[in-house]
Amino acid sequence: MHGIITIFRKELEDHFSSTRFILLSALIIMVGVIITAMVGMSIQEELKGMTKPTLIFLFLFTSTGKLFSFVQFIAFFGPLIGIILGFDSINRERVSRTLSKIVSQPIYRDSIINAKFLAGVVVIAIVLIAIVLLISGLGIRLIGVVPGPEEAWRLIIYLIISILYIAFWLGISILFSVVFRSTATSALASLAVWIFFSFFVGLGAGFLADAIAPLPQSGAQVDPEVLIRHERIQRVTSLFSPMTLYSEATTTILDPMRKTTRSLILMGPMERLSLSRFQNPLPLLQSLFIVSPHIISIIAITFLCFGVCYFIFMRQEIRTI
Amino acid sequence: MEDHIVIETEELTKKYGHQIAVNRLNLKIYEGEIFGFLGPNGAGKTTTLLMFLGLTEPTSGKVRVIGYDPIREPLRIKEKVGYLPENVGFYEDMNARQNLQYVARLNRIPDDISSKRIDEWLKNVGLWNDAEKKVGNYSKGMRQRLGIAEVMIKEPKILFLDEPTIGLDPEGTNWMLDMIRTLSKEKKITIFLSSHLLDQVQRICDRVGIMIKGNLVAVGPIEELAKKKLGIDAEHYTLEEIYMKYFKEG
Repeated sequence: MHGIITIFRKELEDHFSSTRFILLSALIIMVGVIITAMVGMSIQEELKGMTKPTLIFLFLFTSTGKLFSFVQFIAFFGPLIGIILGFDSINRERVSRTLSKIVSQPIYRDSIINAKFLAGVVVIAIVLIAIVLLISGLGIRLIGVVPGPEEAWRLIIYLIISILYIAFWLGISILFSVVFRSTATSALASLAVWIFFSFFVGLGAGFLADAIAPLPQSGAQVDPEVLIRHERIQRVTSLFSPMTLYSEATTTILDPMRKTTRSLILMGPMERLSLSRFQNPLPLLQSLFIVSPHIISIIAITFLCFGVCYFIFMRQEIRTI
Repeated sequence: MEDHIVIETEELTKKYGHQIAVNRLNLKIYEGEIFGFLGPNGAGKTTTLLMFLGLTEPTSGKVRVIGYDPIREPLRIKEKVGYLPENVGFYEDMNARQNLQYVARLNRIPDDISSKRIDEWLKNVGLWNDAEKKVGNYSKGMRQRLGIAEVMIKEPKILFLDEPTIGLDPEGTNWMLDMIRTLSKEKKITIFLSSHLLDQVQRICDRVGIMIKGNLVAVGPIEELAKKKLGIDAEHYTLEEIYMKYFKEG
């Protein structure tokens, strides 16, 4: 335990004093402020002279305004935060030969990797909490609505999911920093994985669906069975992307009007009926139930990723360290 | 003599795949001595050191360092043993004091005790005036001095020095050899150093072991090895001659 605390403290110090952390937080804060300003003003405009709808506060995070919403921004940019914080965490010490020194001190070897991961997660949490608080503060001024307890809870759950999601990418980048000796290689490998899962899986899902259940050319009558199959394949495949998991989970949590993560085609008749009947927002617990598989999946891949990383690090020959 | 043994190995073997790095090593190191572990590059010297520290698991055989098994209780050993690797690394963007303090904290030395020891050792190794400089600006000689300060912070019983004088200029080398001798005499620290720079080892070591291709081919005081191998006991031998003789046979 002692080793973890010492290394954890040093890692935190390193993160906070590093140029890349300052640049990163400056960028995020800038984008966050710009998004909020635009979204806040458009909400102000639209609601002039109207009674304010319920849970309007969350629109600050989900409304796309002219560019993109904050939620979309984090889904897209969050992985980069994780990667930047972790891509050189182990191999930097290997290159500077400090790792062999650290392992010859009286600490358990796993405290090195645990402390590094933990410090990264804490930095991620601090950045995210700060930015969400900043947006909330700006938003309160701009739209003049104070969030109620339910909105606050939804934001807290959103934060937890986001931290887990970015921690997954931190795990990926630490994994590469354990496997590769050069920091450039591990950075590029992490970026490659990020691009693959965030963009190509989405594209690939479409291709795969087209290949397995091809839709007839336009004009011809579409067999509903084929259409449903096509949709289903596309959906299942795209769920392999952590970005899809995260986006669906967070938009459902932050938008109480969303009652399902499925597209209209895949709904059964009863589901469609109930959707059109009940127009009120979902209670928080129900929103949570809808995306609980997503949340559990994100937790699972985060822990799996760190587990693999831990295992490889512990098994590595010290000579190669 | 029995209770003065600090390191003991029995048929210690390490294989990397089919390659044998250390082959059935039997070695005893006594308390307070300076032991020189000699051999060409790749003879298995560093591997042996790593096995002593529990950083590498032996394929077979036994080791005991200050009474502990490095596989079972590596932490006990690491508390009492200072290891200065070849080309020791430091955190370049921290100064000497911060580097030492970090290591002290990893050794669970309370800050008030460690700051005194850090001051003392920065003075002893002659880095007092450069203590606030970033280690990134240090020369090779200064780094090696800082390395000595770093391993001494935990007040070890045994020091493992891996090629301590490699890459140093003559002045730095002399300083290092004097330091090793002083540590052994004044602090009664057992010193186990690996090297392939024979004339230097000859100057300071009480006993040497010669390692070639993973096999320990000779152990003993230098005079004894000379007598055995070259058949001379006058001062005409050098360690290099003995070594080359072994090396050609090996």
